[in-house]
Amino acid sequence: MAPVLEVANLKTHFFTRAGTVKSVDGVSFHVERGEVLGLVGESGSGKSVTGFSVMGLIDPPGRIVEGSIKLNGKELVGLDEDGFRKVRGREVAMIFQDPMMTLNPVLRIDTQMIEAVTAHDKVSHKAARERARDALAKVGIPSPEERLNAYPHQFSGGMRQRVAIAIALLHRPPLIICDEPTTALDVTIQSQILAEMQSLCAETGTALVWITHDLGVVAGLADRIAVMYAGRIVETGAVDPVLDMPLHPYTSGLLGSLPAEGEPGAPLRQIRGSTPSLARLPQGCAFAPRCDHAQADCLALAPAVTSFPGARGVRCHHPLNLAGVAA
Amino acid sequence: MSEAALPAATAAPPPAEAKEETPFRRFVRSFFEDRLATFGLCLFALIVLLALAAPLIAPQNPYDLASVDVMDSRLPPGDVAAEGFTMWLGSDGVGRDLLSGILYGLRISLMVGAFSGILAAGLGTAIGLIAAYTGGRTENAIMRIVDLQLSLPSVLVALILVAGLGKGVDKIIIALVMVQWAYYARTVRGSALVERRKEYVEAAQSLGLSHARTVFRHILPNCLAPVIVIVTVQTAHAISLEATLSFLGVGLPQTEPSLGVLIANGFQYMLSGKYWISVFPGFALLMTIVSINLVGDRLRDVLNPRLEK
Repeated sequence: MAPVLEVANLKTHFFTRAGTVKSVDGVSFHVERGEVLGLVGESGSGKSVTGFSVMGLIDPPGRIVEGSIKLNGKELVGLDEDGFRKVRGREVAMIFQDPMMTLNPVLRIDTQMIEAVTAHDKVSHKAARERARDALAKVGIPSPEERLNAYPHQFSGGMRQRVAIAIALLHRPPLIICDEPTTALDVTIQSQILAEMQSLCAETGTALVWITHDLGVVAGLADRIAVMYAGRIVETGAVDPVLDMPLHPYTSGLLGSLPAEGEPGAPLRQIRGSTPSLARLPQGCAFAPRCDHAQADCLALAPAVTSFPGARGVRCHHPLNLAGVAA
Repeated sequence: MSEAALPAATAAPPPAEAKEETPFRRFVRSFFEDRLATFGLCLFALIVLLALAAPLIAPQNPYDLASVDVMDSRLPPGDVAAEGFTMWLGSDGVGRDLLSGILYGLRISLMVGAFSGILAAGLGTAIGLIAAYTGGRTENAIMRIVDLQLSLPSVLVALILVAGLGKGVDKIIIALVMVQWAYYARTVRGSALVERRKEYVEAAQSLGLSHARTVFRHILPNCLAPVIVIVTVQTAHAISLEATLSFLGVGLPQTEPSLGVLIANGFQYMLSGKYWISVFPGFALLMTIVSINLVGDRLRDVLNPRLEK
C-alpha cells in the first residue's frame, strides 16, 4: 500500500532581512499507514517547520521553495488556500505543543468542536454535537455531555490536551502531526496521554508524525525515527536499532546527553557548542564544528545519505557503529 | 449529575464548577464595586429613561408649532406659560418650554451618539481585523489611511463632511462614523496582531476553518474588551461632537433641536442675563457625557487584566 505521507526533498526557507534561513533544507521521509514516526531534533532543527509545511501553514516570509509532499498520493505543494483548507482537519490534523494556547479561551468547547465538524461535513448542529461528545468520551474525559458546555480555562492541562486530541480525531484523519504534544504536561499525564494516543491510533489506523526532542517518548511510542539537525534528516531507521546503535555522531550525542544514562554524581555529558544559525550554515557537514569525530573532509564537503540494510540511512562521512549494521 | 463518589482512577474534576460564577457575573460584580461608576451608570440609565419617555412626561411638544406661543419667549425659569403649565427651566427665544426641549433634545443626541458609536465600532473593527489578518500591503495601506485620519482634528473633518453632505440626522451620523472609525481600526488591529500570533489561531486553521470564520469567530471575541471601552468613550465624544457641529450651525436643523441646537439658540441671550436658555441644555449635555465617561472608565479598569488585584 502507498504510504500515507511521502515527503521528498522538501525545502522550506524563510527570507528574512538577515538572510535566507534554510529551516528545512532537503528533507525526505515517508510515513506508512498506521505507523508512528518520531521526528527528533533540538530546538531550531526544523522539525516543527517540517510539520507546518505539511499542514500548509507556513506564513511569509517563509515559503516552500522546492520538493514534494504527497498525502495519500495527492501532491500538496503548490495547492491553493482553498485546496489546503479541504485537506486540513479531514486528511491531516495537527496537535500542538501547548494545550493552554491551542483552544480559544473565549469560546466554549462545544462551539469549537462543532465548528471543527461542520467545517468539513454538512451535518446538523445536533449531530455535530453528538459527534463532539463521543469524541470527548473516547479520549477519556469524564461526563463529556456537561464538559461540552465548559470553557477551556475550566480544564486542567492534561484534560485540555485530551480535548485537542479529540478535536484532531473528529474526522478520523489518516495522519495526525503532533508537535511536541506532551512537552507541556507533567510526566504522569504525559504517559497517560501517550498510552491513549497509541491505542486510539491502533484502533483507527491513524498514522502519526510525532515531533519531539524527547528520545524517551520516541523510544516508547514510535515505530521509526528520523533525527533532524540544521534542517536535514541526519539519521533514520527503525527506533530500536537507531537508539541502540546510532550511526550518526549527533544521534549518539543526543543519547549521551540523557541524564539517566550517567552515573549519579558523574558530570553530565553534553554536545559542545550550539546549533548553528540556519542563515549561515558551514560549508561542509553542518554538525562538523560540534562533532568529536570530524575529519578534514567533514569540513569541506556536505555528506550525502548512505543507506544501510533495514531501511536505515545516515548523512555522515564517518558513521559510528558500522560493525553493528554490516553484520 | 451529582454522583458524589467518582471512581478514584478518573482524573481530578476541574477546580471551578461551571455554575459557580460565570465570567459575565464576575464582570458585573467587579463593575459595581466602584461607587462612582455605579452612580454614573444609574445617572446614564436615568437620562436614557427620561429621553425615551419624553413624549409622555414633557409638558409640551416642541416640534408641534401650534402648541408654542411666541408670547412665552424668553420666560425665566418657574414662570407660567400661556397654556397654564409651569416652565420650570424657562423658555427659549421662540417660546418653547426648555424642559421639553431638553428631553426631546436628549433623544436626538443620544440616538446620534448610539448609532454613530455602533456603526463606527462595526466598521472600524472589521477594517482593523482585516488589516491585522491580511498583513502586508493591504495592512500598510489601511493603517496609513488611519494615521492620516487621526492626524486631522475630528471637528475639522466632521465640519468639512457635513458641509459637503448637508444637514440632517442621517448625514450627521455618516460624518461622525467617518470621523471615528479610525480609532476602532487602530485599537482592534493592535489586539488582533497579538491574537493572530497565538496558537489557537493556527489550531483553527489546522482544522480547515475558513478565513472569515477564523477572523470573526476566533480572533474577534478576543479583541472585544478594548472595543467595548472605546465604544463608551467615542459615544460620549460623538454626542459632544454633534453638539459642537449643531452649535456651529452646520449640524442638525432647528426643526430637530438637539442639545447643541438649544445651546446655540440661547447663546445670543447669554450677555443679556438670560442664562437659562444655554445653561440648562449645556448642563444636560455635561451630565450625559460625564455619566458615559464614568461608565467607560470603570469598564476600562474591569476589562484590563493587568489592573486586576
